[in-house]
Amino acid sequence: MTAAATTRARAPRKPDRHEQSVGLPWFVWIPAGLAFLLIALPVVGLLWKADWARMPELLLGDAALDALRLSLETAAISTLLCILLGGPLAVVLARGRLPGLRTLRSVVLLPLVLPPVVGGLALLFLLGRTGLVGRGLDLAFGITVPFTTAAVVLAQTFVALPFLVVSLEGALRTAGRRYEAVAATLGASPALTFRRVTIPLVLPGLASGAVLAFARCMGEFGATIAFAGSLQGTTRTLPLLVYLERETDAEGAVALSLLLVVVAIIVIVVGRPRGSEGLT
Amino acid sequence: MSLDVDVRLDRESFSLQVAMAAAPGEVVAVLGPNGAGKSTLLGILSGLLRPDAGHVRVGDHTVTDVGAGVFVPAHRRGVGLLAQQALLFPHLTAEANVAFGPRAQGVPRREAEARARALLADVLPDVSGLPGRKPAQLSGGQQQRVALARAIAPEPDLLLLDEPLAALDVDAAPAMRSLLRRVIRDGKQTAVLVTHSALDALVLADRVVVLGRGRVVEQGPTREVLGRPRSAFTARIAGLDLVPGVHEAGALRASDGTVIAGRDGVSGEPIGAGDPAVAVFPPSAVAVFADEPHGSPRNVLPVRLASIEPRGDVVRLRAAPREGGPEWLDGLAADVTPAAVADLAAEPGSPLWFAVKATEVEIHPAG
Repeated sequence: MTAAATTRARAPRKPDRHEQSVGLPWFVWIPAGLAFLLIALPVVGLLWKADWARMPELLLGDAALDALRLSLETAAISTLLCILLGGPLAVVLARGRLPGLRTLRSVVLLPLVLPPVVGGLALLFLLGRTGLVGRGLDLAFGITVPFTTAAVVLAQTFVALPFLVVSLEGALRTAGRRYEAVAATLGASPALTFRRVTIPLVLPGLASGAVLAFARCMGEFGATIAFAGSLQGTTRTLPLLVYLERETDAEGAVALSLLLVVVAIIVIVVGRPRGSEGLT
Repeated sequence: MSLDVDVRLDRESFSLQVAMAAAPGEVVAVLGPNGAGKSTLLGILSGLLRPDAGHVRVGDHTVTDVGAGVFVPAHRRGVGLLAQQALLFPHLTAEANVAFGPRAQGVPRREAEARARALLADVLPDVSGLPGRKPAQLSGGQQQRVALARAIAPEPDLLLLDEPLAALDVDAAPAMRSLLRRVIRDGKQTAVLVTHSALDALVLADRVVVLGRGRVVEQGPTREVLGRPRSAFTARIAGLDLVPGVHEAGALRASDGTVIAGRDGVSGEPIGAGDPAVAVFPPSAVAVFADEPHGSPRNVLPVRLASIEPRGDVVRLRAAPREGGPEWLDGLAADVTPAAVADLAAEPGSPLWFAVKATEVEIHPAG
């Protein structure tokens, strides 16, 4: 086998100007264009509405900086929690042999379809001072969760967890068990196989899941406001501040919104998974 | 290490019942068509499947014994596997792939890496910078060679080869076959080779076990079993034509009375008139005619063309009996050139004549 043959087989497909497309029917283009505009135009609207002269002043205020710091911190912690808790959950869902696994998976997907406000209320009724678990926490340890930064983290983790679990479970299923079987025939224990084969193989899926979860955490609003309230520096994340500012200072809200757009773009560009590069 | 297997596994539509053995350093080929149970057998040996009854012993190490409740998990069996796909870990370099097994056994890193480099130099001596390459930078044939190095690096007591050449293209397969011969057969590695290719078995295996529908049809030394198949089933796998019948001096009389002239006594076994026997000949010895040939001392069989299968440089024509013809004509093969097929202008269903010289036909006792 020559090296040239190898590289040719491996090189990413470049568009070839000689290639003649079989064509798309014209009526696909119109709704496709509308869909694209529906996503892109509102962002353009934000840019158009922005007061660029006042931008530094609007973004560098105490309230804005507090919210940005809080958002980044809580989203980072929540994403970490998603990985630590959701990772093993995805492994169980993809590899485990339990009765009722399908039901379990449906439950895990619940936060995806549940209105976030409802999720927040549910968390409040569970962990509130009179809640199922919250009462015990309060009596035994004097801990109250709602309306604290911890509540923000919990709310974000609640809504973001399925994003990580779903994309990681998909990666695990795609990778299949074949490599793990090979590792076993080479004498690797299940723990070693998990560490040296399974995890590296699904790293791209884990990364894309983490990016999605982080983005979801940054944008979280409903569950946070229901469960954690809106206290500057403690629970008022960027989306909450945007909503609050909208009433009093529309231009401030626009500026903060643009900040969220920038964060989102960074997440997509930097964090977008490289696919399953290297996988044959 | 020797291998001693006697297992049974039942599924709803399939059951496997196999007893076989391999002496230390011996390579046993398991031959059979798809669905014969070859992969199931390998799964049982490697510890990925649990049989319903029986035992598997590797050396004096019992790895499966259903009666005694023994089941050693795959990673503690010392049973290696080389599969159809190389399945190199895509995130590791070639060297790290080969060092993986020794490392898992607790061999110190430097030593494992040195062993990996030596093995890589052995299987792929002419590729520069091989140890540092990722699998994606290697061709399919190269990947399979690295996979072989990886499989033998932990020095397994038993190596399983699951159609190791099936996924390679025609350019890469012969070189890989001779590498396997050198590393496995000459290296006295006890191995079980699963294949549907008689050529692989002839080149690589000391003995063959022919498997059909989950049962052992025939087993013995490779040349004996494949050279003198006792059943049409084995003959078909060996790529030979076989006609069953009874012996007659210098000929075989088939069930319908057709006499096929051939050479008897080639196997050295005594055979008397009326004893059960088989006539065996290679498909390449069969000439094909559209009209009945005359005037040469040949066995001429009237058939109907069943199928046309391209096989490399030749085309294999499969026969079926004509209306009311004898059953044993079914599946007889003739290898002819593409030009000959064009001259015949035959299509499935066409009547043809298969002719084979008596000197090409061997008559063996059937037992």
